[in-house]
Amino acid sequence: MIESGDRVPLLDVEHLTMRFGGLVAVNDLAFQASDREITAIIGPNGAGKTTVFNCLTGFYKPTVGRLTLRRDGTEFYLEQMDGFRIAREAGVARTFQNIRLFPRMSVLENLMVAQHNTLMRASGFSLAGLLGLPRYTRAEREALDLARFWLDRVNLTDRADWDAGNLPYGAQRRLEIARAMCTRPVLLCLDEPAAGLNARESYELNELLIDIRDRIGIGVLLIEHDMSVVMQISDHVIVLDYGRKISDGDPETVRNDPAVIRAYLGTEEEEELPEEVAEDLPPEMVRALRSFEDRPHEEDGH
Amino acid sequence: MEYFLQQLINGLTLGAIYGLIAIGYTMVYGIIGMINFAHGEIYMIGAFISFIAFLVLGAIGVTWVPLALAIVLVVAMLFTSVYGWTVERLAYRPLRGSFRLAPLISAIGMSIFLQNYVQLLQGARVKPLQPIVTGGFVIMEGGGFSVYLSYLQIIIIVVTTVLMAMFWAILSRTSFGRAQRACQQDRTMAGLVGVNVDRTISLTFVAGAALAAVAGLMVTLHYGVIDFFIGFLAGLKAFTAAVLGGIGSLPGAMLGGVLIGLIEAFWSAYFDVEYKDVAAFGILILVLVFKPTGLLGRPEIEKV
Repeated sequence: MIESGDRVPLLDVEHLTMRFGGLVAVNDLAFQASDREITAIIGPNGAGKTTVFNCLTGFYKPTVGRLTLRRDGTEFYLEQMDGFRIAREAGVARTFQNIRLFPRMSVLENLMVAQHNTLMRASGFSLAGLLGLPRYTRAEREALDLARFWLDRVNLTDRADWDAGNLPYGAQRRLEIARAMCTRPVLLCLDEPAAGLNARESYELNELLIDIRDRIGIGVLLIEHDMSVVMQISDHVIVLDYGRKISDGDPETVRNDPAVIRAYLGTEEEEELPEEVAEDLPPEMVRALRSFEDRPHEEDGH
Repeated sequence: MEYFLQQLINGLTLGAIYGLIAIGYTMVYGIIGMINFAHGEIYMIGAFISFIAFLVLGAIGVTWVPLALAIVLVVAMLFTSVYGWTVERLAYRPLRGSFRLAPLISAIGMSIFLQNYVQLLQGARVKPLQPIVTGGFVIMEGGGFSVYLSYLQIIIIVVTTVLMAMFWAILSRTSFGRAQRACQQDRTMAGLVGVNVDRTISLTFVAGAALAAVAGLMVTLHYGVIDFFIGFLAGLKAFTAAVLGGIGSLPGAMLGGVLIGLIEAFWSAYFDVEYKDVAAFGILILVLVFKPTGLLGRPEIEKV
């Protein structure tokens, strides 16, 4: 278990439960994430990882649970907030498994729209913007500066005027992260950012995330299937299975945790032929099946 | 030739008005994917507010025409915007996230409600207004026919062009415009980067209503008569214009409006005036058959 010492965690998730009718997608989950750390959430498909993200970003109202985010000494209870307030007030930004840029806006505009709040406040709801008042032009210039900084950081400066939808896949992924960063978040939630990237792009992504952690100093929450990414860059790994947390710790601890190995590789289930089925089958077949079961196989000692 | 030119002027005037209303349809469709069938009524209310404002100004003695026009323009845009905002707030926002047809039915209900509301408050009789802007000049003469351009037609075309240009500038240049386009492309994602989607939708209705109010004012001036039912056909024509141009597309709405206006004017001039609506809607059908996305519409490409 990682304890962040005396530091107050950036995000504190307690008793998070999300039910959809009879399905319990997330069950009494508790974990913490800190700033200046990359926290990875891993687990088999359907373990409830994306559901956790959806609760954090206001897509779902959790059935039960408290999600506390601390920003500048203020506590925000995310489970009570609307999506856009979570983004603008609490400072949680997110990317999606399937890329969701604004495809028919330019690359630069994608980054500018992410700074809508700051600009809207400065522009007096666009009126000052139309008249070109100094207060607004200054805010617009600052927004442009931030956008250019991230364009440069993700190597898209020369394609700033392209429609975002026309960028190649890897560039779209990078732009999505840049856009999330332009909302000036304190917590960046990335849903499988390495999916579909080639080895080089994946390496660049690692560099980018480490840079965000170390230089910008915010917390990064990461859902990822690519174990090389998870093991290389995360400071803290949380493993989910069937909506429950089965392991929590640094990458090394988690990698060797038997519970994790079981969840990923599976256990030998009860495979004996039930009596009531055997009754309906011809005796030769029952014999054949039973002999198959008795074959020695590797047990993982559960 | 002179006759043709005259019809061109008339058609452009009419088209400018349709274009203004069509923008409201196309913007709302773009952002929430519904047809705001109450938009024609918003235009009708704009006409009534203009009418009342003219009477009030006349009563308190504001008779200098440019001033009166400016005041009425502002008043009509302001009050009609409030109607547009209220309609969205009461009839559509509570149904957001409901099934697709719900807001559509609600819009039809709102349309009937607003018609009856105006009919009850203002009476069913046609309201005449004495001409406010009169005069004009002959720009060409020949063949026993003179091409006449009235001052009012100039005003309509100039005001419409200026407003459309302003609106276009707001959408493409300002932060609100960016947010509006972002909401059109992906509302959830816009919310996630911190755009207040509900407010952006409200402002879209407000903008649409303000433009419809201008159309209402122009019609009041142009025809000099209004009644509670004018919103129906004008709304339908403007909707046709929006679809013709490609619904969801702003330049499409303007182009569609002008085309519908021209078709009507030319049909009335060269063929049977009784059938001008048939012509306008007939052309709509032809365009939809051969180019279902409208003239400037963007085809929906489903990625597989």
